[in-house]
Amino acid sequence: MSKWIAVCSVADIPVLGSRRVAREKGPQVALFRTADDRVFALLDRCPHKAGPLSQGIVFGNAVACPLHNWTIALEDGCAREPDEGRTPVFQVKLEDGVVLLDRGELDTVGIDLPPVKAGPCTRVAC
Amino acid sequence: MKKMKLVMIGNGMAGVRTLEELLKIAPELYDITVFGAEPHPNYNRILLSPVLAGEQTLDEIVLNPLSWYEEHGITLHLGKAVTTIDRIRRQVVAADGTEAGYDRLLIATGSTPFLLPVPGKDLAGVIAYRDIADTNAMIEAATKYRHAVVIGGGLLGLEAANGLMLRGMQVTVVHLGDWLMERQLDDQAGELLRKSLQERGLRFRMGASTEALIGDRDGRVMAVRFKGGEEIPADLVVMAAGIRPNTALAESAGLHCQRGIVVTDTLQTVTDPRVYAVGECAAHRGIAYGLVAPLFEQGKVCANHLAQFGIGRYLGSQTSTKLKVTGIDLFSAGDFMGGAGTEEIVMSDPFAGVYKKLVIKDDRLVGACLYGDTVDGSWYFKLLREGRQIGDIRDKLMFGESNIGDVGHQGHNKAAAMADSDEVCGCNGVTKGAVCKAIKEKGLFTLEEVRKHTKASASCGSCTGLVEQLLMFTAGGDYSSAPKKKAICGCTEHSHQEVRDAIFDRHLTRMADVFEQLDWKSPDGCATCRPALNYYLISSWPKEAVDDPQSRFINERSHANIQKDGTYSVIPRMWGGETTADELRRIADAVDKYKIPTVKVTGGQRIDLLGVRKEDLVDVWRDIGMPSGHAYAKALRTVKTCVGSEWCRMGTQDSTQMGKDLERAMWRMYAPHKVKFAVSGCPRNCAEAGIKDVGIIGVDSGWEMYVAGNGGIKTEVAHFLVKLRTAEEVMEYTGAFMQLYRKEGWYLERTVHYVSRVGLDHVKRRILDDAEGRQALWAELQFALDGEPDPWFEFAKAQVDVRQFEPVATVPAMVPDAAPAIVQA
Repeated sequence: MSKWIAVCSVADIPVLGSRRVAREKGPQVALFRTADDRVFALLDRCPHKAGPLSQGIVFGNAVACPLHNWTIALEDGCAREPDEGRTPVFQVKLEDGVVLLDRGELDTVGIDLPPVKAGPCTRVAC
Repeated sequence: MKKMKLVMIGNGMAGVRTLEELLKIAPELYDITVFGAEPHPNYNRILLSPVLAGEQTLDEIVLNPLSWYEEHGITLHLGKAVTTIDRIRRQVVAADGTEAGYDRLLIATGSTPFLLPVPGKDLAGVIAYRDIADTNAMIEAATKYRHAVVIGGGLLGLEAANGLMLRGMQVTVVHLGDWLMERQLDDQAGELLRKSLQERGLRFRMGASTEALIGDRDGRVMAVRFKGGEEIPADLVVMAAGIRPNTALAESAGLHCQRGIVVTDTLQTVTDPRVYAVGECAAHRGIAYGLVAPLFEQGKVCANHLAQFGIGRYLGSQTSTKLKVTGIDLFSAGDFMGGAGTEEIVMSDPFAGVYKKLVIKDDRLVGACLYGDTVDGSWYFKLLREGRQIGDIRDKLMFGESNIGDVGHQGHNKAAAMADSDEVCGCNGVTKGAVCKAIKEKGLFTLEEVRKHTKASASCGSCTGLVEQLLMFTAGGDYSSAPKKKAICGCTEHSHQEVRDAIFDRHLTRMADVFEQLDWKSPDGCATCRPALNYYLISSWPKEAVDDPQSRFINERSHANIQKDGTYSVIPRMWGGETTADELRRIADAVDKYKIPTVKVTGGQRIDLLGVRKEDLVDVWRDIGMPSGHAYAKALRTVKTCVGSEWCRMGTQDSTQMGKDLERAMWRMYAPHKVKFAVSGCPRNCAEAGIKDVGIIGVDSGWEMYVAGNGGIKTEVAHFLVKLRTAEEVMEYTGAFMQLYRKEGWYLERTVHYVSRVGLDHVKRRILDDAEGRQALWAELQFALDGEPDPWFEFAKAQVDVRQFEPVATVPAMVPDAAPAIVQA
């Protein structure tokens, strides 16, 4: 069985935009496409307060988190100074315009991270 | 390619800052060699006074440790003064014979103290106050001797005197002028300062002229003699009678010098374009600056040129002054003396030790001199730099900007009085101690740097004044000579105004054209400039420029407000705050169906559904069947109304209908920032129209229109603009004001800040005095809004990327020994 699995084509991701890949368990995976058609994948969680990076503005080789504007590098998931932190990176392979992710990483990376809570459930146990 | 050689003479703040700027933009262009006459790496000369006063140590004021030079491959010659520049062979020679050839030469030799040409000036114990060696000499003298005399009651002299006094010496300041710091203060403030310093124990000899310094048998100074023969004891004499640009070396190399090495707007010497000069040694348009902020501006431009970009120009700076004597607050800027053709506003309370003078000329603030209460110094300085007309705020000018409205830092407006643990920035939870620590440890000088490193003042900005004060007394006195124009972001040198003008004048309709024509430094901008450019393009060229969803913040891309857990909030439009049973029923059904956890009534008379999953947004919009409330956008949000004459026994006008009409006319209107209206039906003003971007208040004879109010970070009461008779007029004037703001406001500038920048008089000229112009503006807005889609329903027309709402794929967990099945959306 192949270790790589196809999730979408490059054309499915807007230029300087992103798409999400859902998993049965754990946070989603964010796919990003740069101006020169490179594709990167990060765990869809900012190292700061777990904001969904897939919803940020993509520029150069980075994405700005939509919650507090941390800038996260797409290659290594590291926050740009002066902020500190790192988001897990997924390997990406492009084959004939198809985006492939690593099966093993999809099954394991960040899988146990709890979802962020908001709303009434933060007041009482839920 | 072989690297070019850059030699820098002088290892001080201006020069090294230039290198830092250069390394940022062209790290590989040069082999760099630095000669420094002092045996120290670059340190913060401004902080010598706190070192002398025992408040900081020498180690703490080093800006670039030796490792910094190593890291950047810079050859550093410390303790080697350059004695010769050979411009023909293009090399420099130091006193010890060390040679270095150059392709580009940067002279940053700073300044030298002016020594009074009096007999005895060469005696032991007579020193200037300029560098670490002088400071150490003073510290040492203070341990052995008792009497110190400081000649010169200027900034430097007083700081030296204060430091020596704190180290236990009895200090007399000898000053030729009639009052202290006459280049920075007027007579009244100077006198207050003298009294205050006298109370601390300093002695003064005002109007005294030094005739000679008398030595003892060992050749050490023992007394100072004044004209007239009187002598006072002196074991240490500090000459602080002024500084001169250090141009001896440049002159010997045949470079044109006149009160400094004469440089152009690109910091090149007028004599030899291979040779640059920055800092206190350089004379730009006849001025040799002695404060750090202008020198850093010079460094930035110079670096840009050395890097062969060649787009920056240094156009001179305005400067302000602050004395670094702990516990004494004074600030001055511009033409603080006043005189013919100027008017003065003065507030004087000698008992409390407070004195403020503002100098006004031709309806503009041209100078300020503050003693005792300097909290508004940075605001005055900003008004002065921008040269904005002040007629409309003249009556409030003296009371400053910060006395009303700013929230988020417990009402503090005097940074000095705060404890280290007090919060400065309520948004990001940054304490005073954290800000001061970062300024000291990271060598920060500008507001931008503090924002970047600490996040203080980086969110809502209401604490900017406090942070500026902290910079003043932590980093040194003169941080605040910010450039007149501020670049949008790191991607460009251009300001908001320049970019917006270029887009309009050159008829640019695509972002790529802006990047190309305005020399953007990054290929596709950043999260700061792209949304601004997108707004400028679509507001300048409606129906021509195409909106770019990827350059919009997520809320405007998904047409809902992102929440902390990644869910969204949905606020449907309720015209004028009125709703119906049908609408409420549909909302209630949607809340049940999509399990929306929170339903909240907003401050703008609407209903907020919080916690909607992104996947459900489109369905929720459809089920509710109400128009977008644009509560997520830089656009017209709510129009708050009271019930008005329809129901209210006090009501004089039908405010609800007026509000609905305004909302229906202007919804879908994107703007530089969010926009809120309110309409009240009588002066009791239940709709709180006094704190809205446009507030309309019905009176018996018509409507009063107020603009540029704000109820947020800065509580600001709206200005009365005009009294109108008919509802049609209210529509026209409101539309015209909005279009003016849309065309002239900078991105993310609320109307309160826009009107404060351009002045209410400007708005009145355009809206009230120019009927044709007003009607044209209103027509322009109607043209721009005509046919604009509702993004909750007309997806294609509003360019809503509908695929964003679902994951592009869902990967099932792996089943052992089975081929994975991918579900593609």
